[in-house]
Amino acid sequence: MKLIYLVPMGDIDPDILESAALCLWHTFGIEVTVSDPMEVQTDTYDSKRKQYGSIEILRALLKSAPKDALRVIAITDKDLFIPVLSFVYGHAQFEGKVGIVSIARLRQEYYGFPADKEILTQRTLKEVVHETGHLFGLTHCSDVACPMTLSTNIRLLDRKGVTLCESCMLLLKENMLEK
Amino acid sequence: MRKNWEILVVDDEEIACESLAAWLREDGYPTDIALSGQEAINKAKEKEYALYFVDLKMPGGPDGIETMMHIRNIYPDASVIIITAHATVDTAITALKEGAQEYLVKPINPEEISLLVDRIIKVKNLQRQNILLRKKLTRQYSFHDIISKNQKMHDIFQLIRDIASLKSTVLIQGESGTGKELVARAIHYSGDRAKKPFVSVSCAALAETLLESELFGHEKGSFTGAGSRKKGKFELADGGTIFLDEIGDISQKLQMDLLRVIQEKKFYRVGGSEEINVDVRVIAATNKDLMKAVKAGEFREELYYRLNVINIQIPPLRERREDIPLLVRHFVDQISHELNKDINDITENAMRVLMDYNWPGNVRELENTIERAIVTCKSDVLSEEDFTFISRAREMDEDWTVPTNESLQNVEQRVIEATLRRFEGNIKETASVLGIDRSTLYEKIKKYDIPRYKKEETIEKE
Ligand SMILES: [Zn+2]
Ligand SMILES: [Zn+2]
Repeated sequence: MKLIYLVPMGDIDPDILESAALCLWHTFGIEVTVSDPMEVQTDTYDSKRKQYGSIEILRALLKSAPKDALRVIAITDKDLFIPVLSFVYGHAQFEGKVGIVSIARLRQEYYGFPADKEILTQRTLKEVVHETGHLFGLTHCSDVACPMTLSTNIRLLDRKGVTLCESCMLLLKENMLEK
Repeated sequence: MRKNWEILVVDDEEIACESLAAWLREDGYPTDIALSGQEAINKAKEKEYALYFVDLKMPGGPDGIETMMHIRNIYPDASVIIITAHATVDTAITALKEGAQEYLVKPINPEEISLLVDRIIKVKNLQRQNILLRKKLTRQYSFHDIISKNQKMHDIFQLIRDIASLKSTVLIQGESGTGKELVARAIHYSGDRAKKPFVSVSCAALAETLLESELFGHEKGSFTGAGSRKKGKFELADGGTIFLDEIGDISQKLQMDLLRVIQEKKFYRVGGSEEINVDVRVIAATNKDLMKAVKAGEFREELYYRLNVINIQIPPLRERREDIPLLVRHFVDQISHELNKDINDITENAMRVLMDYNWPGNVRELENTIERAIVTCKSDVLSEEDFTFISRAREMDEDWTVPTNESLQNVEQRVIEATLRRFEGNIKETASVLGIDRSTLYEKIKKYDIPRYKKEETIEKE
C-alpha cells in the first residue's frame, strides 16, 4: 500500500509533525508516515539571498523518495525562494510527487511577536494541506476560507481555514478517481 | 474566468522562467514559457496572451524592451510586465514609456505579482464583457451593415427580405447620407441574385455623354476619347443588380434610354448597332422629391412609375435618434480599429452633444464626425471637447440672423462658402444641402471665385 511520507527537515517540533500527519490523513484519506529527519542540502543555499532554493530541494526529495511513497511532503524551518519571487511559504510540483512547506515565516517570532505554538501549528497545517492539494492537482481556490486559496502574506494565511471547501473536496475526489 | 486567459513568461534563465510559470499555473492561469525574445515573439504571433512577463536582460537576441515592442506591434493592447534583476531609473523610464504596464525588480514579492495579475485580468474581463455585449447588441440591431433599432427601419428590413428575390424595380428615397446604397446592397445580397454582380453608378457624377457610355458602353471611335470598345454597367451587371444613385439628376435623353432598357431589357452601345440583351434588376435612388420633379415636367412620369414599383423611404437620422448611441459605438469601435487607435469609449456628455445635434448629413455625417474626433482625440475616451466643432456648427445654426444690409449675391456667396467649409469641400454634399445640382454649384464657385477647399470630393461612399 502506498503512503504519504512526511519528512522533517531541520528543527521541527514533533507535536506539529504529528498534527500535520493526522490532518493529511483526515483530509486526503491516505495513510501518512513520519519519516526520519532529512538534512537540508547545503548546495541549495543562496548566500546572497540567505535563503534556500525550493526547486533544488524538491529535486533532492524526489531522488530520495522511498519506493512505497505515493507523495512526499517535507516541512522545513529554512526560508525558501524561487528565482523570481522574494519568498515562498511552500512549493510543490503540480500533480507531482514531492512538495515542501517552510515554517520560517509562519512563526510569530518572524513578525516580532512572542512564540506561539498553537498559531504556528494552525498555519503549518494550512500550508501542508495547500501544497499537498497541489500534488493532487488542485489549483488555487477563490474561497478565502479554503486552504487552497493563495496566501501571499500572513494576514491572508490566517484568514483561511484548515478544511477544504466543498468544491475543492469534490475536485479532489474526481482527481483521485481518475488516477 | 481564469482559464480563459493565458500568460507567457519570457526569460532566458530556464529555472526562473519555469518556476514563475508553475507558480502562475497553480493560480489557475494556463501559462506558456519562452526562453528568448525571439521565441516569445513567435509564440505571440501564434496566439494572443492576456499578459506577458518579460525579463529585461536576455543576451544574444531581442532584449526585454525590444521583445515588448514587437509584441505590442502585433497587439497594441498587450499587457507587458518587465522584470529585471537590477533596477535603474533609465531602463524603468524606457520600459514604461514604451508601454510596459509595470516594471518589477527581482525578487518580487508574491503579493505584488498576485495583486497585479488580478488587477490586469479583471480589466481584461470587463473589456471582453463590454466588447461581447456590444457585438451582441450590434448583431441584434443590424441587417446587412445597416444598424438600427427604429421601428420604421425594421419595417424596411422586413420589406427588403420580402422583395429581395423579386425582379421588380425599386426606388429608394431618403436624404443624403441616410444609407441608400446600403439598402440597395441589402436587397441584392438577401435575394437570389446575391452571387451575381452588384454594380453601382452615381448618375450625378458624370456629364451626360460620359454617363451614357458608362451605362451602356460604347464602340471604338463612337465619340472623342472613345479609343476602344467598352462594356457598360448594364452589361457588367448582367444577371445581377444595377444601382442608379441620384437618378433625379439625369437628362431627358437618358431618361428615355433608361425607360427603354427597363421596358425592353435590351439596348445599344453608344455608336453601336448590335442589340444587347440583359437580365438586370434596377434599383434607383434619389434624395430629391421625384413626384415634384414629375409635376414640374423635369422627370418623365412614365419612368417614375416604372422605377417606383416598390418604394422605400429611409427616415433621416433626426427621426430615429434612438439609433445614434448604437451607431456611435459601432463607428467608434470600427474607426478606432481601422486607425489603430486605442479609443474604446465615449463620455455621456459627448453622447448628449451627438444626440442633440440635428444631423443634416445623416449617418454619413455622423461617421465623418466620429472619424474626425478620433483622429484628433488625445486620450482613450472621446469627450465633449472632441466634438466642439459640432457645437460651433450648432451655434451658427441657432444664432444666424438674416442680414438686412447685404446684397443677395453677397449672401449667396457667404452661404456657399460656409456650406463648403462645413462639408470639407465635398461638392456632392454641399450641392445636395443647398438644393442645387453640381454644375450650378461649380458655376457659382467660379463666379464668386470661392477658394477650393483642398479635401474636395474625397469621400464618396454611402
Ligand atoms: Zn499554491
Ligand atoms: Zn477551495
